[in-house]
Amino acid sequence: MSSRVTASSPHMHLGHGTSQVMQLVLLATVPGFTALFFCFGWGVLFNLLWVPACAVACEAVVLKLRRRPPLATLCDCSALLTGVLLAAALPPTAPWWLGLLGSGLAIVLAKQLYGGLGFNPFNPAMVGYAALLLAFPVEMTRWLLPRDVGDALPDFVTALGLFLGQETLTPIDAYTGATALTLFREELGGQTVAEFWQSSPVLGHWSGTGWEWVNGGFLLGGLFLLYRRVIGWQIPVTLLGALALLATLFHDGGSSASHGPPLLHLFGGASMFGAFFIATDPVTAATSARGRLVYGALIGSVIFCLRAFSSYPDGVAFAVLLGNFAVPFIDRCTQPRVRGQQK
Amino acid sequence: MSLPTSPRARMHGGITPPGNKQQSLRHPIRRLPLPPQLIVPVEQRGEPLPELLVSVGDRVEQGQCLARGRGERAVSSHAPAAGVVTDIGTQPLPDDQAGGLTCVTIATAPSTASTRCLPPLDPARCGSEILLQRLRDAGITGLGGAGFPTHTKVLAAIGRVETLIVNATECEPFITADAALLQERVDDVLRGASLLLQITGASRCLIGIQDDEPAAIASLQAALADARFQLCVLPARYPHGAEALLVHVLTGKEVLMGRPAIDYGVLCHNPATLHAVARAVLHGEPLISRVMTLTGAALRDPGNYDVLIGTPVATALQACGLDEWQHSRSLAGGPLLGVELQQATVPLTKTSNCILATTEAELPRPPPPQPCIRCGLCADVCPVRLLPQQLHWFSRSGELDKAAAHHLEDCIDCGACAYVCPSAIPLVQQFRLAKTRLAEQRIRQQQADLARERFEAHQARVANQQRLDEQRRHERAALLQRKQAEAAARAQAVNTVTPASTPSPQDVIAAALARVQARKAAKLAAAPTALPPEGEAPP
Repeated sequence: MSSRVTASSPHMHLGHGTSQVMQLVLLATVPGFTALFFCFGWGVLFNLLWVPACAVACEAVVLKLRRRPPLATLCDCSALLTGVLLAAALPPTAPWWLGLLGSGLAIVLAKQLYGGLGFNPFNPAMVGYAALLLAFPVEMTRWLLPRDVGDALPDFVTALGLFLGQETLTPIDAYTGATALTLFREELGGQTVAEFWQSSPVLGHWSGTGWEWVNGGFLLGGLFLLYRRVIGWQIPVTLLGALALLATLFHDGGSSASHGPPLLHLFGGASMFGAFFIATDPVTAATSARGRLVYGALIGSVIFCLRAFSSYPDGVAFAVLLGNFAVPFIDRCTQPRVRGQQK
Repeated sequence: MSLPTSPRARMHGGITPPGNKQQSLRHPIRRLPLPPQLIVPVEQRGEPLPELLVSVGDRVEQGQCLARGRGERAVSSHAPAAGVVTDIGTQPLPDDQAGGLTCVTIATAPSTASTRCLPPLDPARCGSEILLQRLRDAGITGLGGAGFPTHTKVLAAIGRVETLIVNATECEPFITADAALLQERVDDVLRGASLLLQITGASRCLIGIQDDEPAAIASLQAALADARFQLCVLPARYPHGAEALLVHVLTGKEVLMGRPAIDYGVLCHNPATLHAVARAVLHGEPLISRVMTLTGAALRDPGNYDVLIGTPVATALQACGLDEWQHSRSLAGGPLLGVELQQATVPLTKTSNCILATTEAELPRPPPPQPCIRCGLCADVCPVRLLPQQLHWFSRSGELDKAAAHHLEDCIDCGACAYVCPSAIPLVQQFRLAKTRLAEQRIRQQQADLARERFEAHQARVANQQRLDEQRRHERAALLQRKQAEAAARAQAVNTVTPASTPSPQDVIAAALARVQARKAAKLAAAPTALPPEGEAPP
């Protein structure tokens, strides 16, 4: 009998790799980024190039320190994806150090310190984003007015100046303004929703001008991921469903006490981005199909509550992190009944 | 012609790997040339050594009985071809890694003598015992999976089942042996099924087959005339062929884990076994050959072959035009459940339904595993609705109790999870290891429990003994006391009955004192007349 070690069955593999999953998700962010770039200009592009580069560099350094083969791990594209997702969340006026710090926090603190890919309990990109939001609230909430609202988008040189942190040279306040969600969170000033909608140029067809395009872009990418079965339908559907349901309940018929119409919430802020790209991160989401229904609904509800009742205009990052906290409990309570076990 | 019925339930999950069935279905079933040597297993796992009817040097004819089983479940073995017995000893087999079983090696020689057959039986005139004895004598075991002796399985089903299921769902890629059999020898398969219906008293027969074998379906539909038979065509999906899953899909009855299908009134057999049953009963042919798929990209002439039991794998593959340069490895069975062969000298047995001689291009070895990203694809495809990603976590970290709480032991080893895993984690392989460890732990736990029980019983016995001893001591003391008391009481009683005869101690003392006084007085009275003796002090 030879002592050769043989593999046990199965001897066949579907052949889809983790890196392919990540690459498909990367591909799916293209429409969203296109919309972001169209609406907010060059700053988006700087973020898109800079933040992923920082994330990959951070990952490489930590892998080196952990004495793991960097190249094999970097090839799974997970760090790249984290960087890209964080880049989509950062405002287009973000200076370079914000992106560097954010990706460092995301990769080193939220991912590698827990053991790397697959072991992190919290969504790395959202940890990075939330930490930056708490530490640098001014820089993190300084969104540009979208194209066609206000004066004009900063040109390439101005945007580069902002990116390099030369604020003294570039008067930033001329370009920035409140987003639609911020407007609605503050008082409507006694006006009904319809009157308010008429008076504000920041509000577009259904939601914030520009933001509806961005959300539409991410929705398109998300549908692509659903079609390719990279993500399941459970989380996006229940997340958006819970958000829409609560928004409808608190819409209050469009009175002055309204928290905004459902479409404003669905196509405002980071709703679609969060529903299809952040909450669906398999590592940090609930495990079973039923668990994912609960997980998505929880995040959707928390997003609305944060938008309506907290001091933050948008709450996707905090809601997702809260959902991550709840995952072990959800998993415990939603184990499926195994075939052949007594009901 | 009968219309197929629809399945009663849906299997959860499952996978649809590329079928690769057309390679072996291009030709009808062919015979391999007579191999120069046959290694025939005569021993059954878990059974006592059989009674050997031949010895080294004996000349045997085709169909001659080589060994007769001794155990209740053992069957006979027969010479697949004429020749001379050259060796009897333990030989490795394809389906096991450790050790082997007793085999009779025959150097074959062409013979003009016809096959030695048992007398054909007329089922209409035979009782169940005679038919079952025939299955034993003809050496019929399950040709699908584990090789369980057919007569034992059928005996257990007599009067307890109402449905016979023919498991023709060859859900594994590459394997087409049953499909070929159904295309060419469907009548014998159905006759075998009728025989089992007769023996067990079952009222209907459900034939489960997948829609990726249209020729076999057409052949079945053309042959089915009996109203008791129903055809059920399932969508091609692995692992429909697992018995518990197939019973659920076809009948809607969910077989609980660890319970045999017979408890649910269902008996499962595969077409090859039924074919062998019909040949043994109606023609008296012992089981000396079977149809198997020899396929894979390393073979120039893949197909279904009628192969003599005991043909060495290497001989069979060579006969099909093995390309040694391309050949990477051989699997006994399909790519999802098969066992990688360590050596090509092992013989093909009654349970070999496929040998897959593959190349690196056809079945590449999996890439190195990456970390689990909990994507949940494994849970989506698991036909048992397990959560493999959680089990992976627990079995990796050795938390066997948690893995058991997540129903690790319900895993049926189908490997669908490992097939889809994007991180190429060998999930089912890990689960097998964890299950083995869990079983070991259970045994250790049982032994520990037994030892504890023994110790506690011992302690209890010792304590009981002490208590008994103590009690006995007390009893003895009490008895003594009682006896003394009784004696005293008796004495008292004697006293009270004759008080005069026994003077009281005071009277005795008084009497003694009086006697002493009297003696003294007498001495004093005698003193003046007699001198005291010399040296004696005067009183």
